[in-house]
Amino acid sequence: MEEILKIRDLKLYYRTLRGTVRAVDSISFHLCKGETLAIVGESGCGKTSTAIAIMRLLPRNIDVYEGEIILNGVNIMQMDDERFRKEISWRKISMVFQGAMNSLNPVIKVGFQVAEPLIIHAKMDKNKALSKARELLELVGLPAFIADRYPHELSGGMKQRVVIAMALALNPSIVILDEPTSALDVITQANIMNLLKKLKKESSLSYILITHDLALSSELADKIAVMYGGKIVEYGTSEQIYLDAKHPYSQKLLASIPTLRTDKKLEFIPGAPPDLVSPPSGCRFHPRCPYTMPICKEKEPPFQNVEEDRYVACFLYGG
Amino acid sequence: MILSANSLIEVQDLKVWFPIKRFLREPIFVKAVDGVSFNIARGETLAVVGESGSGKTTLGKACLRLIEPTSGRIIYDGKDITRLSNEELRSYRREAQIIYQDPFSSLNPFFTVYRALEEPLIINGVKKGRSEQIYKVLEDVKLTPVEEFVNKYPHMLSGGQRQRVAIARALILRPRFIVADEPVSMLDVSVRVEILYLLKELQHKYGISFLYITHDIATVKYFSDRIAVMYAGKIVEMGNIRSIIAEPIHPYTQALVEAIPDPDPRNRFVERKVIPGEPPNPINVPLGCRFHLRCPYSDRRRCLKEEPELRDFGDGRRVACHYAEQFIKR
Repeated sequence: MEEILKIRDLKLYYRTLRGTVRAVDSISFHLCKGETLAIVGESGCGKTSTAIAIMRLLPRNIDVYEGEIILNGVNIMQMDDERFRKEISWRKISMVFQGAMNSLNPVIKVGFQVAEPLIIHAKMDKNKALSKARELLELVGLPAFIADRYPHELSGGMKQRVVIAMALALNPSIVILDEPTSALDVITQANIMNLLKKLKKESSLSYILITHDLALSSELADKIAVMYGGKIVEYGTSEQIYLDAKHPYSQKLLASIPTLRTDKKLEFIPGAPPDLVSPPSGCRFHPRCPYTMPICKEKEPPFQNVEEDRYVACFLYGG
Repeated sequence: MILSANSLIEVQDLKVWFPIKRFLREPIFVKAVDGVSFNIARGETLAVVGESGSGKTTLGKACLRLIEPTSGRIIYDGKDITRLSNEELRSYRREAQIIYQDPFSSLNPFFTVYRALEEPLIINGVKKGRSEQIYKVLEDVKLTPVEEFVNKYPHMLSGGQRQRVAIARALILRPRFIVADEPVSMLDVSVRVEILYLLKELQHKYGISFLYITHDIATVKYFSDRIAVMYAGKIVEMGNIRSIIAEPIHPYTQALVEAIPDPDPRNRFVERKVIPGEPPNPINVPLGCRFHLRCPYSDRRRCLKEEPELRDFGDGRRVACHYAEQFIKR
């Protein structure tokens, strides 16, 4: 399949009073057209930082921001901010933020909020943009008259659909979904997942789905990247990760998910995720890992290719 | 309803209506809980599951008299406590505790762990052996070595550790009944199970009855014996957790179970059968069956007019649907 996004050695460090936070520490992955990559992991492992690094929505306290982000063969890390804003952000890569449905402007009608990126980025005139906004709302399963409503008149699920419509406004090829259903009820969540599946099938969108919920990610993900302590510890297809996880962290994480239909004894991972100001030496998972060997404390395991298109960073698999 | 000798707490036809005052007009009511009955045996866990706005938190708080019930009865240990004054409620306040959802806001940021746990003892006039009790309860919730934790402030603790402090605080007066309101939903997946297992262990050790309020059916199996599914202020189905997951009878329960994915890579190729719409506005609940607007099986006649009663189907299963018989696979 055609590879549209390739990320190599991406780093994003923040400067804080306590020291440098290595939120994203040299991660590499790629994304193919029409494919969904889920980035999963516990809170504080760098999932959202990865997203804002790709979208270049950087806070002021950036210490290190480097690596390669290659979009359709072009390294967009080398673009200046102005060009990035005009050509990439929202046009090629857009994002649905976590809890975005609560950040709709309460005093502006929904239709205009969806039309805004069209007016600003695509330079459409207002009426044309508004009628396009209605089309977009219909695309995400809302009646067109919703365009004339204010956010407080809509339910949580409807607002989430509006935010998805905004992300789709400029026809991007990649949409980053950061916990797109985290504040929604289970039935509404299932409805939104169905919508995302439908959109993906109809317009060969690529998603990067960021979630802590491995049950939910199975609804969309073709590939999965498991993150721990600012690093990707395992990357593979959905089947490989769900049915045959190799990294001990992925195994433990999967074993901790309650399932409804099958019976299994749940496990948990003792301890807490590492502090990214002073992460543990060697493999960052070694203090919580049941298979720690002496080498794990000394050397960082390489992110190595174990099978075709499958990577694991663990000394159990050589290295 | 018959008073079963074994039940610790029994709720009969409980209603909690919140009035909305309107100028020169009759007030209207938000019927958050509208005629709910259940009982919880000693050492048993009843899970209450429902979408947001279904009234589950209001129900939990009303059971503790933190919200005054509009009508109905709450019988605790054979004694009607629905209308007792605050003074008379003292012993109930000791025996019935709550664990809140968000350990980031339920702990006072200015109190150390020690102080947070001392507070209930001070209020209840315990003078002797406070620190022994605090050390004991911290061991119970596995915040060990205890010395490391007693002088910490909440901001120095992780989410899971904070929730343990909140559990310790609920536990320190040796309660017999605890309302656990979404105790794990703010925590990381890897920690959730640990906390649920801890609650289960404490239940066995001290014989505590729990009312476990959650929106996540998947966790219920690991920490409950029975489940009550709430929709728009009413219980629509009740019964043994395993039989409900295996064979949900009420169309709403069916939808709820169908909506939850298990981690399975094949999920991405299929669309889930889900019901449209959102739960009704509790000010203006539909007449007849409250679920009829979203129900795929509504007959558009009886379901619109007649409110279904919670009927008994044996083996503890009770369902409020006119057509429940049709959904029983036998």
